[in-house]
Amino acid sequence: MTAAFRLTDSTLRDGSHALAHRFRIEDVRAVVRGLDAAGVPVIEVSHGDGLGGSSFNYGFSATDEMELIRVAAEEAQHAKIAVLLLPGIGIKEDLVRAREAGASVARIATHCTEADISQQHIELAKELGMEAVGFLMMSHMIEPDHLAEEAAKMESYGADCVYVVDSAGAMTIDDARRRVATLKARLDCAVGIHAHNNLSLAVANSLAALEEGVDQVDGCTTGLGAGAGNCPTEVLVAACERSGYATGVDPMRVVEVADEVVRPLKPDQGVIDGDGLMLGYAGVYGSFLLHARRAAERFGIDTKEILLELGRRKVVGGQEDMIIDVAVELERRAAEAQAAG
Amino acid sequence: MSVPCAIVGSGNIGTDLMFKLLRSDVLDLRAVVGIDPDSEGLALARRHGLVGTPDGVDWLIDHADEFELVFEATSAWVHRRHAPRYEEVGLRVVDLTPAKLGPPVVPIVNLDEHLDAPNVNMITCGGQATTPIVAAVASVVDVPYAEIVSTVASKSAGPGTRQNIDEFTKTTSSCLVEVGGARHGKAIMILNPAEPPILMRNTVFCALPDGYDEAAVAEAILRAEKAVREYVPGYRLTAEPVFDEGPFATPGGPAAARVVALIEVEGAADFFPPYAGNLDIMTAAATRVGEAMAERLQEVRA
Repeated sequence: MTAAFRLTDSTLRDGSHALAHRFRIEDVRAVVRGLDAAGVPVIEVSHGDGLGGSSFNYGFSATDEMELIRVAAEEAQHAKIAVLLLPGIGIKEDLVRAREAGASVARIATHCTEADISQQHIELAKELGMEAVGFLMMSHMIEPDHLAEEAAKMESYGADCVYVVDSAGAMTIDDARRRVATLKARLDCAVGIHAHNNLSLAVANSLAALEEGVDQVDGCTTGLGAGAGNCPTEVLVAACERSGYATGVDPMRVVEVADEVVRPLKPDQGVIDGDGLMLGYAGVYGSFLLHARRAAERFGIDTKEILLELGRRKVVGGQEDMIIDVAVELERRAAEAQAAG
Repeated sequence: MSVPCAIVGSGNIGTDLMFKLLRSDVLDLRAVVGIDPDSEGLALARRHGLVGTPDGVDWLIDHADEFELVFEATSAWVHRRHAPRYEEVGLRVVDLTPAKLGPPVVPIVNLDEHLDAPNVNMITCGGQATTPIVAAVASVVDVPYAEIVSTVASKSAGPGTRQNIDEFTKTTSSCLVEVGGARHGKAIMILNPAEPPILMRNTVFCALPDGYDEAAVAEAILRAEKAVREYVPGYRLTAEPVFDEGPFATPGGPAAARVVALIEVEGAADFFPPYAGNLDIMTAAATRVGEAMAERLQEVRA
């Protein structure tokens, strides 16, 4: 039976945020082996912030991502290996190397209003014979019409699919539905959805997107990912099967991968605590969470205050450096308030 | 006697640069050269008593004997076409495009080394904003790895930058090493569309080896801030330098600690709005470089 949509599992990319970019070779082998056997058609592997993300600003990778991509490609019998690249962080040479390491899907991500910086990279992906996917991050920040204009730019550069990406996990069901419906109506290429669970709506938003005819859906096994986590692959698969959407994935096998391979890496994954919820509530980029916690500890302030201030400043994905700026500012304000008595 | 000069390129950068050069005592700006007869920049040039010609680089070559210095404010590929023609007629060049034909120059770091070069390059806005800090840290301690994050308002990034964002990151990375003195470099560029537009922001991370002198590093950073402020008045640290203990596994090897400098650049609003500190720092640095080259020409003549 053909699947109603194509599933991409991003445990080994978005999940990298949750593990502070410390995936090991053996983790990658085990996850890819399990998901591939379960029938997951696409598996994404990269630093959490995409190729070239290993840095002070986002955290250094414990293992070179090219090595992880190579091992993933070696392990996969059927699944395609995808990589993420954010222009401004990763460069074209990184994509060439990922291609050589065995990746065949290039997902090029920009902030939702900045699609035109993806042209070079989408074109390069096509030249390299890769499938090109446009990835519009923080899609909750603009209205569906505006989002469709940006998506159309990516399509014009050659993207085979453009994603509505809820990086902050801030979308309501209606927000997700309207954005997917608008893109479906305006684009000829495929449309995808990438949901986060900060408001506990990741699976619901993905199902709403399916009702609007979305072609590709992202999940992470156990939800392992930035912020309070992603759409949990195993839950999505089970819910889809019960809703009458064929996934082409064996629900029991993917549950096995979740419980036996991925959950041991981060047993508390799936809990939406106050900090995780605050990301969705304030509309803040999910991968800021661990960085904000570290800064809160370092400067003796509350993580939630940092996240709320980042939301007020309208920072976008990649601006992790602003967390230090905000923490220093909040520390100063607290000291002043104390001095004022 | 001041040195006669021209600006090639009548777009935003060329026009902002025009206002800065008009205030210079050592540079005698006489012409702005463009290709569009309806250009606002050329009209502004004429209104300020300059030649504002749409006849392009051919005009300048025909009038080469009236000029000594050219500021190129077009694009990298256009400059690559223009450069040999300038050279042929003996015009010196301050290049504001990322063509990088001549040595990269950052005023407070290495300007003195290249005063006689026929063509100098202004690198990128992020390079101008961050290299002085990296060089300052590298002057007091070994810097195995430096990383910068430059965030600019979406409105201040033109199509050239957008279609060539790799050029920005690569050129800036190499500048951190070649000019800044770090052993490895990485540059990240972010566009932020917030309204009202944000001021240009830069964060500089320098890896520090064991036994570094915190006071000396902090002092060097504050000194660099002060030196840049002399030609970019809106350049400022938003906080004291932040020191974090590692260890960090950087591309330059394990580092005991890091220092983080947080910088904001508010533009002088000559032509661009104040948020476009990224464009202001380019034109301010180019003016500084042009003035130093002009003073050098005068010395040689005297």
